[in-house]
Amino acid sequence: MTGSARTPPLARAILDGDRRALARTITAVENGDPRVSATLRTLYPHTGRAPVIGLTGPLGVGKSSLLSVLIGLLRERRKTVGVVAIDPSSPFTGGSVLGDRIRLERKANDDGVFFRSMASRGEAGGVAASTRAVARLLDAAGYEVIFVETVGSGQVDVAIRGIATTSVVVLVPHLGDEVQTLKAGLFEIADVFCVNKADLPGADLAAKDLSELVALGAARDGWAPPIVPTSTTRPAGIEELWQAIEAHEQFLDRTGLRVAHERARLSAEITNRVKDRVGHEVAERLDRDAELRRLLDRVVARKIDPAGAADELFRRRYATR
Amino acid sequence: MVRRTKSGPIRVLIAKPGLDGHDRGAKVVARALRDAGMEVIYAGLRQTPEEVVRAALEEDVDLIGLSILSGAHMALFPKILKLLKAQKAGNIPVFAGGIIPDEDARRLKKQGIRAIFGPGTTLQEIVTTAQRLARGPA
Repeated sequence: MTGSARTPPLARAILDGDRRALARTITAVENGDPRVSATLRTLYPHTGRAPVIGLTGPLGVGKSSLLSVLIGLLRERRKTVGVVAIDPSSPFTGGSVLGDRIRLERKANDDGVFFRSMASRGEAGGVAASTRAVARLLDAAGYEVIFVETVGSGQVDVAIRGIATTSVVVLVPHLGDEVQTLKAGLFEIADVFCVNKADLPGADLAAKDLSELVALGAARDGWAPPIVPTSTTRPAGIEELWQAIEAHEQFLDRTGLRVAHERARLSAEITNRVKDRVGHEVAERLDRDAELRRLLDRVVARKIDPAGAADELFRRRYATR
Repeated sequence: MVRRTKSGPIRVLIAKPGLDGHDRGAKVVARALRDAGMEVIYAGLRQTPEEVVRAALEEDVDLIGLSILSGAHMALFPKILKLLKAQKAGNIPVFAGGIIPDEDARRLKKQGIRAIFGPGTTLQEIVTTAQRLARGPA
């Protein structure tokens, strides 16, 4: 469709590198504005090209600073870079302070970087609901490498896995003993481990604990996540970190896993979209359902339990067999 | 071009152009706007006019707040307004705070800075003005 007269003007502008059109479309996607769905549909065939590198890890480990030096490295190599950096929204006011730009150092006139801050807007898991769609827009706009920096993550914030082709888990010394590395969640999603602030004492121990973890679990698809010590103040290890990321990207191509992973991610995305719509519809319907209120009276009176009431409602309204 | 949607939260850029390092005020304002439900992109210290405008466009903000205490406002603010206009983004309202003499404030308002807050301004006043500027007819 590229170049065809039927390409919607907004999609055309984004494909042609119009940064303002890109910025405005990102806002529309974030706000769930249905008016851009035709644009997204047109752009979709232009996506899936750029590697999407996820940077995740607890708050304060230096994700934004690492991102800044990685951008610097890629710009030296003439690679263009698109960034989505997510910070949390307040569950109380919906407001947020998005501070990931502070670390960004670049030449003011450099059009080779597009940096967008994003609030999580109530979504759990470390990213916003629209992060994947925004990363896709940056891809369609032609940026050669996409970074997604998550909210400072907890142990179960693994949603980046559903977006990134390579997930970098950033840690620092003294986050805990080796038992932490045995726990489920964050440690399981790393394609690359980065031990940042490696100039601090304890970095060796942290790297050693991680290498034990990797040695035990190295069988996952035949990829053993490398452990890269870095420091952004010196800076040190940045080149090695990028090499580790590239090595994983090459591994994905070599093994055919890129396609398999993408297929699994897209399957999950479609399933989730349907689940969301069904869920909304069910909630709306139940809200008006007199049967629910009747059952609720009995649950409140402790005559039946909530699970029993749900069973009953499901049987009456949704069970097809 | 997509028409500006008024459905999402207000997005506001808070930046400190120039070389002074006194960012307490900017941080307090950022926090107050956050508590009013806005998405505040905090760009931090020592931003050039070019960087401020670039950030405003990439982040697609509804509003720009500038803080300055160095005295360079008469050089930096008009430059930012000019760059915004050059990018066809002159419709993004800009407000400012810091140490700005009354006479300068009058001149800056004439050039297009929509509101200027000096010492003693309440946070409520800043929040209300920011909401009005962001949502009002541009």
